[in-house]
Amino acid sequence: MFPGSFDYRAPTTLDEATTVLSERGEEAKVLAGGQSLIPLLKLRLASPALLVDIGRIPGLDRIELRDGGLTIGARVRHADLERDRRLATTFALLAETAPWVSDPLVRNLGTVGGSLCHADPAGDWGSVMLALGAELVLRSRAGERVVQASSFFVAPFEPALRPDELLTEIRIPAPRGRSAGTYLKLERKVGDFATVGVALQLEMTDGHVARCGIGLTAVAPTNREATEAGAALVGKELTDEAIAKAAQLAAAAADPRDDIRGPADYKRDVVRVFVQRGLRTLRRSLEEARS
Amino acid sequence: MSAITVTVNGIEHRLEVEPRVLLVDMIRTRLGLTGTHIGCDTSNCGACTVLLEGEPVKSCTMLAVQADGRRLTTVEGLARGSELHPVQVGFHEEHGLQCGFCTPGMMLVAAALLERNPNPTPEQIRWAISGNLCRCTGYVNIVKAIQHAARLRADAAQPVAAGGAS
Repeated sequence: MFPGSFDYRAPTTLDEATTVLSERGEEAKVLAGGQSLIPLLKLRLASPALLVDIGRIPGLDRIELRDGGLTIGARVRHADLERDRRLATTFALLAETAPWVSDPLVRNLGTVGGSLCHADPAGDWGSVMLALGAELVLRSRAGERVVQASSFFVAPFEPALRPDELLTEIRIPAPRGRSAGTYLKLERKVGDFATVGVALQLEMTDGHVARCGIGLTAVAPTNREATEAGAALVGKELTDEAIAKAAQLAAAAADPRDDIRGPADYKRDVVRVFVQRGLRTLRRSLEEARS
Repeated sequence: MSAITVTVNGIEHRLEVEPRVLLVDMIRTRLGLTGTHIGCDTSNCGACTVLLEGEPVKSCTMLAVQADGRRLTTVEGLARGSELHPVQVGFHEEHGLQCGFCTPGMMLVAAALLERNPNPTPEQIRWAISGNLCRCTGYVNIVKAIQHAARLRADAAQPVAAGGAS
C-alpha cells in the first residue's frame, strides 16, 4: 500500500513551520512520528496535499522538570517517557502508561503529542492528560495559546487545533501534596487499543483528597474526564465508601458503545471496577510510602 | 522528488525519492536489501523491522524521507563478514525459526534488546518481541535463541580466567 502523492516540507524552525501552516494549513497534515498518520495515508483515509514534518525542528524532544511541574515537547516519543527514570516518583502515571501504548517498535517512533492531536477516543494519552490536568501549548503565526486538556478533545479524531496551529508542548502542573497515579487498561491482546482504559491521578494533603483526576479511554466519543467522580472525592478521606461512590459516578460518566471489543454495559462496569481497584491501589501505595 | 542521504549497514547512499515512498520499499527496491520483509503492511507484524539509530522500528510505517541523515541497520548488517552475530548463532543453535519470515525482524529486535539489556529475563524478552508476530508460533525457541545469544555475548565479554577461580 502506498500513500497518495503529497508535497513534503521538513522545516527546521518553528517559525518556518507555522509560516507554512499559515499558508497551506487547510490542505496540510503535521507529521511527527507518523504511527497514526502514515497508516491513514496508506489506507487513503487521509489524502493531504502537504505533509509538514516537524522531525527536523530542534528542541521539541525535551522532557523538562520545572518548579515541580513537567513539560513534554511535541516530539517526545512514547519510548522516551517509558525510559525516563525521573518520572518514576512524581509522574508515575506517565511512566506507567507508556508501556501500554501499542508495541515497543511503534513506541520508538510514535509521539505523545502526535497521539493527542490524532484525538482517537481509544488513545491512551488523552485520558492521562485529563487526569493530570495538563495544558497544551498551540503555536501559530499569530502567537501562542494554551488550551486545557479538558477543552482539547472536541469530537472523535477532532482536536481543538486550528489548521494553522501546531502543538509545541504539553505542560503538566505540579501535583499537590503527596501524589500517586496509575493507568489501568483492558486489551484483547498485547499492543491492542483499549477495550477500556482508566487513568487515575490522586493528590492528598493531610490525609484528605486535594485532587483526583480520572480520565476514561475508549468509552465515549472522545477521551473523557469523569469530573463529578473526581470532585466527589475532594476534601474527603479515601474510605472504601468514598471510593465506591466515585467509581459509580465514573461509570455513569462513561458512554460506551457495543463493538467488537465488548458490549456497552460490560465496558461501563469495567470503568467502575477499574476506578475502584485503581484508587485502592493508590491509597495503599501512598500509605506504604508514608510508613 | 526529495534528495536524501541514508547510511545503511555502514554504507552511505544518496537517493532521489518521492516523499510518499515508504522506507521498507526504498530498502527493498532501491537498495536491493530484501531481507527486510513486508508482511502485514499495517505496522502490526514487525516483519519489516529495521534499526533506526540502533532502535527497532517498523519500516512499513515510516517514510524514506524521514530517514534522511539517519543511520539504519537491516538484517544484512548483523553479520561481520563470515562471522555471525551472536543473535544469529542463537537462532541457529536453538532452532529459533521455522518458516523464517519473521526472523529478520525478531533478530534485529533481539540485537537491540541485548545492547540495552545484556541479560534479559524471559519475560523481558517476550515484552521486547511483543511487536513482532511469528505465525509459526515458534516463540518458545525464539526466546531460547535470544537467551543463547545473551550467554554468547557474556562469554565473549568475560574471558575465562586461567586456573578457575580468581
